Amino acid sequence: MHIHFLDPYQPRTSPIHALDSRVKLVLVLAYILTCALTPIGAWPVYILLLALIFSIELLSSLGIKFVHRRALLAIPFMLAAFPVIFTNGQTVLFSTHIGSWQLTAYAEGLERFISVALKSWLSVQAAIILASSTPFPELLQAMRAIRIPRLLVSLFGLMWRYLFVLVDEALRLMRARQARSGESGKPGARKGGSVAWRARIAGGMAGNLFLRAFERSDRIYMAMVARGYDGEIRALPMPPVSSPAWLALGGGGSLLLLLLLFGILFWG
Amino acid sequence: MHHSIEVQNLSFSYPDGHTALRDVSLSIAPGEKVALVGPNGAGKSTLVLHLNGILTGQGQVKVCGMELDEKTVGRIRAAVGLVFQNPDDQLFSPTVFDDVAFGPLYQGLDAADVQRRVDSALAAVRMTDYTRRISHHLSTGEKKRIAIATVLSMEPEVLVLDEPTAGLDPRARRAFINLLRDLPMTMLVSSHDLAMVRELLPRMVVMDEGRIVADGETKELLEDQALLEAHGLEKP
Repeated sequence: MHIHFLDPYQPRTSPIHALDSRVKLVLVLAYILTCALTPIGAWPVYILLLALIFSIELLSSLGIKFVHRRALLAIPFMLAAFPVIFTNGQTVLFSTHIGSWQLTAYAEGLERFISVALKSWLSVQAAIILASSTPFPELLQAMRAIRIPRLLVSLFGLMWRYLFVLVDEALRLMRARQARSGESGKPGARKGGSVAWRARIAGGMAGNLFLRAFERSDRIYMAMVARGYDGEIRALPMPPVSSPAWLALGGGGSLLLLLLLFGILFWG
Repeated sequence: MHHSIEVQNLSFSYPDGHTALRDVSLSIAPGEKVALVGPNGAGKSTLVLHLNGILTGQGQVKVCGMELDEKTVGRIRAAVGLVFQNPDDQLFSPTVFDDVAFGPLYQGLDAADVQRRVDSALAAVRMTDYTRRISHHLSTGEKKRIAIATVLSMEPEVLVLDEPTAGLDPRARRAFINLLRDLPMTMLVSSHDLAMVRELLPRMVVMDEGRIVADGETKELLEDQALLEAHGLEKP
């Protein structure tokens, strides 16, 4: 029994999948940065950014629906911005009392909230496209190539490698518990135990899992040191970026820069 | 008289499309001790997981006369003691006592009954002094014994063991074989340890590529050089 569904990579053939992973990574980071820096309330720019990400979703043959199902992940983060509606602005929308508190919603705050929600939604879509169209090892190589600190990249890599091992281990523990969750034929015996007891069992399992992860990390480290690990994972150098990839990087980069300038000039 | 285990025309594919069992039929009479052998990936573990409803495939599985379905799965899990290959998976509680008591407590038995079952299960694996020990700190051999105790405490009719002697040193292995010999219940043991199989289990079922390819007396099958070779086994 293995876990595969965690891996977001979707093998397809599309120009987006074929694009050099370094270029993709840089463009996605640039896209997220553009979203973040575009001023509040620059609606036309948001619409253009949305059109851009939609066309990439279509081009990547992942489909808009697929990306959007995953983009629901961004909702909790949007909620974090919810309080700005009530903290910022002059134009009062409505005012209400909750107990002894007075809560006032402002039009400026609402505008800010919608902008933040839109920005995070757009950014999450870009990240999803990157993760779904690039195998993870290539992404790690790309991170190394654009000089993201190596320690951080190794951490990502090891997390990725052992997350599955850990989930498998948790599944095996749960399976062992399931195998012993029987029913006696005795009349009057209620199966399942009390909630507190079940919680204690679950707590024990979580603790066990932690201990094992901890011990395994020790063993992994020793196995790495035994093979000459000195704090840095080396990889073969990547081939030079091809000229079409440079073109994509230049084109995409200037488009994003243009959008950002447009936003800052008219709404900044 | 019903058979302890009756499997009829069982087929199973994993969600990724890999077919692990193809039309498997097997019946084991009460008190019989049967070995399940075959190369890695033959479907042994998959078959074993069907015997208490952790996996469900197409076909019929009957345990102790009960047909396995949603209603009987609880009773069947109490009747089939499944011991996993890796004792670390089996032992998920902080102390030995908690682990051995899990099955009976889950069944809702009263405290005195639970205590009695834990004591007799630990006595059966000769680990009475270990109740308060932390499972995590035991040696592999000790963990294996406790793993057996965790299912003995459910007083199962059938004991199903996956690779019981893997990873044990010769002395621990010997002690473990003696322990298994003393247990009276029906037994299905999946193993690569053919020396143990010859010593302990009079009947042998050979699986390969999801099918049962031979089923007969261990003594005879172990003499069949062609059969052993064809399925990646070696005469002990």
